[in-house]
Amino acid sequence: MEAQLKALMVATQAGDRSAQTQLLTLLAGRLRAFFCRRLAGDLSQAEDLVQETLLAIHMKRATYDPKLAFTPWAYAIARYKLIDSIRRSGGRRSIALEDAGDLLADDNPEEGAVRQDVANLLNRLPTRQRTLLRDVKLHGLSMEEAAERAGMSVTAAKVSVHRGMKRLMKEVSDEDL
Amino acid sequence: MKTSELIEALAATDSAPVRPIAPARRLVPAAFVGALASLVILVLWLGLQPLDEAAQTSWFWMKAGYGVAAALAGLALTLPLSRPGGRPGAAGFLLAAAALATIWMMAMHRVMGGGGRGLWLGHTWMVCPWRIIALAAPIWVAAVLAMRSLAPTRLAMAGAATGLLAGGLSVVVYGLYCQESAAPFVAVWYSLGLAVSVAAGAVLGPRLLRW
Repeated sequence: MEAQLKALMVATQAGDRSAQTQLLTLLAGRLRAFFCRRLAGDLSQAEDLVQETLLAIHMKRATYDPKLAFTPWAYAIARYKLIDSIRRSGGRRSIALEDAGDLLADDNPEEGAVRQDVANLLNRLPTRQRTLLRDVKLHGLSMEEAAERAGMSVTAAKVSVHRGMKRLMKEVSDEDL
Repeated sequence: MKTSELIEALAATDSAPVRPIAPARRLVPAAFVGALASLVILVLWLGLQPLDEAAQTSWFWMKAGYGVAAALAGLALTLPLSRPGGRPGAAGFLLAAAALATIWMMAMHRVMGGGGRGLWLGHTWMVCPWRIIALAAPIWVAAVLAMRSLAPTRLAMAGAATGLLAGGLSVVVYGLYCQESAAPFVAVWYSLGLAVSVAAGAVLGPRLLRW
């Protein structure tokens, strides 16, 4: 996903009109989900913020550096617009407590496109190894717990995780995501 | 307006190619122009000290070095903060800390050699920090204008970083007038001017850097 969005952004910067439309349309869907989740389902407010963010992304498109990842840039703008709107409304907006962490987090690498990329990559591994990696690296289980769940010895689990990571690294560098 | 209409309208009216901006290309010239303005103000307001004599002394260069280090640290912190999602790197913080540590070590070294209150207070301690802040103001304004053409998303931090950049350059400019020569004086009063400049940037940033 990141690769696709980034390619579209680079084309947009070069003046490609259809890439621009495609990029903003793709982003609109993601941003809608992003804001809805954080505004406890206030749809009209979320839609306003989607538009504000799209406009900001458009106006500030020259500040995107193609050497860097695109998704964090775009979501930093979304987060900025969200915080700005909350500040403007005097902070009276109610945010569900469980979402407060998301709101305050200044960088969320698992956001949207990145999460999708990770899932795609993981899907290329054999099922057992995938589950193991997900348990250890994403869900934060200890190696012992994960090994027990996978029904293998701790040593075997360690080796499997290590090989899995190596393979993922290789796939990423081959693709240059 | 529906979101899809907005997207169409943007495509129809504005899809001109843009060149990715290098923030340094905006900030460095702005800081330079600001520093020049501040120098003009200094000349008209207080004048310069005899520079050919001052240039022979180590204290003149000590103050200039302190200002340059602070300004570079400020620039290093400002650049990443001028972009969405940018986080200030360790280099800027380290440079600022190193500059502060160095000036304080020089101050302590000097105080150990004896000398008393005069080393700390000099002749101008009442006015020095205020003058540094006043001379930082035009530089800060220029830097903020440059930042507004970029896209900072952490406004307080970005304001503080531009405050350090402006304060550091202001120290360099003020050093062209100020004849205080003791490291303890510089460590306290110059640093106070810098600190207020950073704090003012942090307070004003969220208001003036909004976009």
